[in-house]
Amino acid sequence: MSTAHPAVLHHQFDTLEQQKESATLGMWLFLVQEILFFGGLFMAYMLYRWRDPQAFAAGSHELDITLGLVNTVILIASSLTMAMAVHSAQTDKNKALVRYLVATGILGLAFLVIKYFEYSAKWEHHLVPGPNFHFPELAIDGRAEIFFSLYFAMTGMHALHMVVGLVLLGWLLVPAARGRFNSQYHNPIECFGLYWHFVDIVWIFLFPLLYLIGRHYHGAV
Amino acid sequence: MSDIHVVPVKIYVAVFLTLMVLTAITVAVAFVDLGALNNVVMLGIAVAKATLVVLFFMHVKYGTRLVPLVAAGGFFWLLILFGFTLSDYLSRGWLGAGTPWMR
Repeated sequence: MSTAHPAVLHHQFDTLEQQKESATLGMWLFLVQEILFFGGLFMAYMLYRWRDPQAFAAGSHELDITLGLVNTVILIASSLTMAMAVHSAQTDKNKALVRYLVATGILGLAFLVIKYFEYSAKWEHHLVPGPNFHFPELAIDGRAEIFFSLYFAMTGMHALHMVVGLVLLGWLLVPAARGRFNSQYHNPIECFGLYWHFVDIVWIFLFPLLYLIGRHYHGAV
Repeated sequence: MSDIHVVPVKIYVAVFLTLMVLTAITVAVAFVDLGALNNVVMLGIAVAKATLVVLFFMHVKYGTRLVPLVAAGGFFWLLILFGFTLSDYLSRGWLGAGTPWMR
């Protein structure tokens, strides 16, 4: 019964392929749960926007499309560097793996810094829901507050996922720098990549739904 | 020994460039007033971008059939969430029962 057993192969698996598939499948099951979690937020957005498209267009008009666009480019670029990190692990290029992971982290951090400036501008302009909320067009003040509640709930939950991602990334950098990952074993890198790309996909939907729907808004009627 | 599928770098770069082009198109179209069609174009492009990320960056195109099945299952449940919820909100006020959700 003593067949050659690579050290990175856990005893409950027959082969490395089986081990990798189990890890990937487990990660996808987690992501399916995440799809439904964000799905609830998108559902709320859909219903309230359907009910009051004008207030949503007015609220969207107050968002900074340039910052939103820059963050979209940053996040998609970070997905590319993440894909390249997995590629580096698969091809035994350890230095490149560490470099691409660091690049992914820097891009993720840049996204959050821009998000911070966006949030503080919204605070200064009294666009954070609560007692300080004052929409420029008084006639739709309360209706626009619903848009901004959803804006902060959706982008805030997305930003929280980015923060968690960055913590996990820092945690993975240590074994990566020690050369623990190679073409035989890189499941943690692969699974983290899946998480990172998922967070990117959420933003791919948030950007148009929040920033782009108010571009030809001409004031409340 | 391990027979992993390594996706060529060229494909990753091509996917990235396509995502950039699609982003540019969606922003450009947002400034043109197409009425309800704006939503169709916007969501169509977002779905196309998400599909590219899932297939290539997330390797779903290259794995075994089990992973695409689970991924598709997730999106199917999302449609159930949307479909059943909408069937409630959209039908409020029909047959004189309840207050319509839409203004």
